[in-house]
Amino acid sequence: MADLTFVRHEMVPEQAPPATSVGPRGWLRENLFSSPLNAILTLLSLGLIWWVLSHALPWIVLSSWTASSLGECREQIAAAHGEGTTGACWAVIRERYLQLLFGFYPSDLYWRPLLAFGLALLALAPVLFTALPRRLLWLSAAAPFVVPWLLWGGSVWVPVCVALGFGLGLAALRVVSAAAGGLAGVIAAGVVPVLWWLFLAWVAAGLLQAILPFGITPVESRAFGGFMLSITIGLVAITLSLPIGIVLALGRQSNLLIIKAICVGFIEFIRGVPLITLLFVASLLLNYFMPPGTNFDIILRVIIMVTLFASAYMAEVIRGGLAALPRGQYEAADALGLDYWKAQRLIVMPQALKISIPGIVSTFIGVFKDTTLVSIIGLLDPLGFSNSIRANAEWNGVVWELYGFIAALFFVFCFSMSRYSMYLERKLRTENR
Amino acid sequence: MSDLAANREIDRSRMAVSENVAIQITNMNKWYGAFHVLRDINLTIYEGERIVVCGPSGSGKSTLIRCINRLEEHQAGSIVVDGIELTNDLKNIDKVRSEVGMVFQHFNLFPHLTILENCTLAPIWVRKVPKKEAEETAMHFLEKVKIPEQANKYPGQLSGGQQQRVAIARSLCMKPKIMLFDEPTSALDPEMIKEVLDTMIELAQEGMTMICVTHEMGFARQVANRVIFMDQGQIVEQNEPEAFFLNPQSDRTKLFLSQILGH
Ligand SMILES: Nc1ncnc2c1ncn2[C@@H]1O[C@H](COP(=O)(O)OP(=O)(O)OP(=O)(O)O)[C@@H](O)[C@H]1O
Ligand SMILES: [Mg+2]
Repeated sequence: MADLTFVRHEMVPEQAPPATSVGPRGWLRENLFSSPLNAILTLLSLGLIWWVLSHALPWIVLSSWTASSLGECREQIAAAHGEGTTGACWAVIRERYLQLLFGFYPSDLYWRPLLAFGLALLALAPVLFTALPRRLLWLSAAAPFVVPWLLWGGSVWVPVCVALGFGLGLAALRVVSAAAGGLAGVIAAGVVPVLWWLFLAWVAAGLLQAILPFGITPVESRAFGGFMLSITIGLVAITLSLPIGIVLALGRQSNLLIIKAICVGFIEFIRGVPLITLLFVASLLLNYFMPPGTNFDIILRVIIMVTLFASAYMAEVIRGGLAALPRGQYEAADALGLDYWKAQRLIVMPQALKISIPGIVSTFIGVFKDTTLVSIIGLLDPLGFSNSIRANAEWNGVVWELYGFIAALFFVFCFSMSRYSMYLERKLRTENR
Repeated sequence: MSDLAANREIDRSRMAVSENVAIQITNMNKWYGAFHVLRDINLTIYEGERIVVCGPSGSGKSTLIRCINRLEEHQAGSIVVDGIELTNDLKNIDKVRSEVGMVFQHFNLFPHLTILENCTLAPIWVRKVPKKEAEETAMHFLEKVKIPEQANKYPGQLSGGQQQRVAIARSLCMKPKIMLFDEPTSALDPEMIKEVLDTMIELAQEGMTMICVTHEMGFARQVANRVIFMDQGQIVEQNEPEAFFLNPQSDRTKLFLSQILGH
């Protein structure tokens, strides 16, 4: 039998790793050429990248910026780089970029949408980044009233009176629930503001405007277009779909049969219908049901439809997060005596939302891109605009330049959202580990 | 079963059982669908009692103590906790729950909150205690379970035994009159079982009314004043621990004891 005892008399000293596993050579080896198959794939990919770039880069660089029509573009490129060269005609972007960004919004008022979106970003900042001072939240509360006012203009008293509705609701809640109990208070808090908005707010705003006129030039919805329109629709739909989605997801889990049935019905109906159909309903059908003479703003109608659409998807994403939460969390919250709403707010939602972040942000990105569908009902979002530009005799035949520009702008927005979601996930992970 | 608590001196000066009824369960029945899980339960628990509930798996022990704070609803009979009858009235349920602490087998700490926040959450939001005061109370109880230095960590950073002690501290922060424990040590490694049992023994010495589902027979012998044996949804036998272990009456109890003490 072999001798199985062993004693080490000399310890092995520490040695440097072999050159093939560290440094650039090691990195290449490990990541690109770790096996024959990987080496072949690497070479094939490099070939593909080279092929794409060798076609795209000259097209992008050998271009014309100054022409005033597609034909002129081609002549300029041929003159500069030789007959037969194909190059991009960026002149169309140079000529029309303001329209692609702002639509027919009056050019002397461009500062208003810019200021409005700056404000909206500032208002979102304290919500998105908890490290910012909490005082900025006042801005977040004011933004929903200031931003539309800046965009559509008109009397300053309209947003003031609309905001007053919320104040009235709060007052009603306080007064009525003190006098007649909690449930009556909640009902009053719902009914009073709606009555105010439907009947009194406009009268009050008109009166105040007559007494103390102050306003800015009104801009019609028809003038909205380009990226401004996409952002307006996208921003509202995104910010509203999250709270509505939460309510729908909770409703779907409710023990109350009627609430549950309503939520399930709503979610399944909206998810079962293409967004285009909803947009057609918004643009055509709703007019038949409105009393003649009423003017229900088309952008508002579209925003409502897109928001409802996004909310249904959001509800399902959040339901996934809720389902992933262990039952023990609900039980611990119950056992401590937290009531339903407190348990939801303090225990369930923070965890469920955290789980659903990737899904939520995917939905956001999807909604933002879906805003381009409004071109089909005749609104001039960037895609709608590019169609009308291409319908011009001068620019007939321009395709890649316009769509490339639009794609790049959309990419910037969607990529930022995606990066933010990764930042948030990382932050919440380190918080809890 | 471990006898970790056996060599500990117990100070019995404050472990008196009072005349006042803490929990009164009368002719209580519960079904899960068609399955009759609790059958005709009658049980009176006095203030200051330390009750250990044992029995084979699936006998309804968890269900019984979860009925006491209405995590499960009973369908017949009555349960009165601290003078409040458990009905569908949400106000009563919340009142009972804030008087009755519960510790779970799997701790159920809130992973997104720090240890301190776990402990102050319910006092602040249910009892409306000012934040500062709630934090002082929380630190007091964290010291008592011997982990004040972990206050600002998250539950995921603690060992199982530490997490369970936090869960006990979290319940104590609500200043409950009654504590329910559902197999608090059965998800733990042996050395951690001891630290959790020590905490529970300390609690018992202070006169807390406790109902504890556990198979820690050492703990039962030392601390309990009554052991309840359940099988098939019924209370089969109850007695003082000494008599229960040395002289069980029913055949089921004898079989059960021979199984858990036999090896
Ligand atoms: N939510 C439920 N729905 C249906 N049946 C259930 C439910 N919860 C428990 N049961 C059943 O009720 C019976 C009693 O369960 P319970 O959890 O009270 O047992 P236990 O005595 O605590 O067992 P263990 O020692 O395994 O924890 C078991 O047969 C179980 O399968
Ligand atoms: Mg159990």
